[in-house]
Amino acid sequence: MSIYLNKDSKVIVQGITGREGLYHANRMRAYGTNMVGGVTPGKGGQTVEDFAVFDGVAEAREKTGANVSVIFVPPPFAADAMLEAADAGVELVICITEGIPVHDVIKAMAVIGAGTRVVGPNCPGVISPGEALAGIMPGHVFAPGRVGLISRSGTATYEIVDHLTRNGIGQSTCVGIGGDPIIGSVFVDCLGAFEADPATDAVVIVGEIGGSDEEDAAEMIEKSKFTKPAVAFIGGRSAPKGKRMGHAGAIISGNSGTPESKVAAFQRVNVPVADSPSDIPALVKRAIR
Amino acid sequence: MRLLEYQGKMLFAQAGIPTPPGKPAATVAEAVAIMRSNPVPSVVKAQVLVGGRGKAGGIKFCTNADDVVEPAKAILGMRIANAQNPEGEIAKTIWIEQRVDIAKELYLSIAIDRASKRPIIMASAMGGMDVEEVAEKHPEAIAKYRIDPAMGYSSFVGRRVAREAALPKEIWNQFSALLGKLYGLFFDAGAILVEINPLAITKDGKLIASDAKVELDDSGLFRRPDLAALKSASETDPLKERAIAAGLGENNYVQLDGDVGIIGNGAGLVMGTLDAVKQAGGEPANFLDVGGGAKADVMREAVNIVTSNPKVKSLFINIFGGITRGDEVAKGLIEALSTGGWTKDKLVIRLTGTNEKEGRALLSANGITSVETMNEGARAAVALAKTHIM
Repeated sequence: MSIYLNKDSKVIVQGITGREGLYHANRMRAYGTNMVGGVTPGKGGQTVEDFAVFDGVAEAREKTGANVSVIFVPPPFAADAMLEAADAGVELVICITEGIPVHDVIKAMAVIGAGTRVVGPNCPGVISPGEALAGIMPGHVFAPGRVGLISRSGTATYEIVDHLTRNGIGQSTCVGIGGDPIIGSVFVDCLGAFEADPATDAVVIVGEIGGSDEEDAAEMIEKSKFTKPAVAFIGGRSAPKGKRMGHAGAIISGNSGTPESKVAAFQRVNVPVADSPSDIPALVKRAIR
Repeated sequence: MRLLEYQGKMLFAQAGIPTPPGKPAATVAEAVAIMRSNPVPSVVKAQVLVGGRGKAGGIKFCTNADDVVEPAKAILGMRIANAQNPEGEIAKTIWIEQRVDIAKELYLSIAIDRASKRPIIMASAMGGMDVEEVAEKHPEAIAKYRIDPAMGYSSFVGRRVAREAALPKEIWNQFSALLGKLYGLFFDAGAILVEINPLAITKDGKLIASDAKVELDDSGLFRRPDLAALKSASETDPLKERAIAAGLGENNYVQLDGDVGIIGNGAGLVMGTLDAVKQAGGEPANFLDVGGGAKADVMREAVNIVTSNPKVKSLFINIFGGITRGDEVAKGLIEALSTGGWTKDKLVIRLTGTNEKEGRALLSANGITSVETMNEGARAAVALAKTHIM
């Protein structure tokens, strides 16, 4: 078991004939993901490297039963791609694209209904190790197991998962929620799913400076809406105020988004906060015990 | 991208939001000409992005072509700094605008609320002050409304916000109309913040935007080349420009104060690397994210950018390859070293993930050994920076 994505998920790539889209479609297939094709408007009917190409998501869904779409469409067209996937009834839309205008994302999120879960944009995707990979994560770092992970960052996730895997801690599902200010799924959404997943025993929350998603997650734990053991890490603790650290959303503005507030929020609800990614496996083992 | 006050006010004026009449000047002669053509009581304001310009002497008054000389001379070229930005910024432009007889100062802004995924309108009758201070001491004095972007602006929103912010009833209709124009501007310009503080009520009962703070979404600028062209010289940094020229994003290079140069792949890992260097007792000189899938040429340019900062005493490269390949990283690094930009005795590299074996083999063939973990690398780089004699 896992959340959001499993071996039965039927996955398409939007932007499959682009360089990134095709490269990652191949990597996902090599990982064992049930890839059923891809979409590039105007190139329907072709086959690229054994992937069936469709003109639109609705057609792809009709013909393949696809229920997961991974978006590699360039920023000016990415919000349209998200809306198209939602309109076609795709259940899980994972948007990898970085640099989408924030107003485009706001508009898309305002109209995408409850039938579609959006992960990202500007995210590394979702992986349920041993079952399926929908995104750009390096699959070999991950191992199947019973610890969930939610992260605002890609590479920090790989670093942390590498420590987990080397210490014998496998993962149920890892969700890279993305580094933009406006994203489809936040920590509390994923915590809710992990709470309901019988195959997840504990969760690692990888936060960073900016926004208040970490504080919201702590509040959820305080209200006993998430009751499994959790361990947290906050990236960017040494970042100065007012400077955006790579991710559009990673900025301390005024008194909001500070690492101190996030660390304090987790500590208040007895969630240990690791000083370094290498400390996380020991904290997870202690939390589960 | 943040706009200077006068750029923001020009956008306001285009959107039909009342602002005091004014003109920008880059020289004393221009300032004199402005006051000669319109000798009325005016304010001379330094055009900088850094806050606290009033306290620093960057706002002065004049009435005619003679008494504008002193303030214009004093402010043009003035360096204005504050606690968060000790290096500050030089005022290259002044904005000369007519003084307004203010009866009351309000606060109004539209920003992006991450939690609700909507634009958030904030208004208060306690304008003119530091809004963060108002929020802390009098949270009830700030009215907030999260607007449904699918609905857009409707005038009831303005009336509701005006009532909740306890604004004088006489100006509700004016306020609602102005807010509608501000929302239109926020949307059309692709702004992530528009703030008017103070939004003045004049003695004759008119609303007027006394200040303008506009921050645009860098990702949306491709749709508005007219706005992208407003990028102020004060916000540019030559190394950042080089990073952008190398194909990296607006936020991929950030200059910091320390002496340990940092290069990594992925914002999260680079942030984690800065934290690790700090924990090891060092100070990072920069944040540089080469992004995903960086090829040798990007890597080479990244090394050149970071090491052209004269403060840098050691360089720590931390790569966890997902889509970034270890051999490409190694190639770029070796190229940078061979052109003499940096030497391997002032370098620590941690290279793991995709094609790590090929990468490490290339490095060791060139006499470079890589460390195993991020913490080990951070400690080594900090030690190098401390012992290194320039």
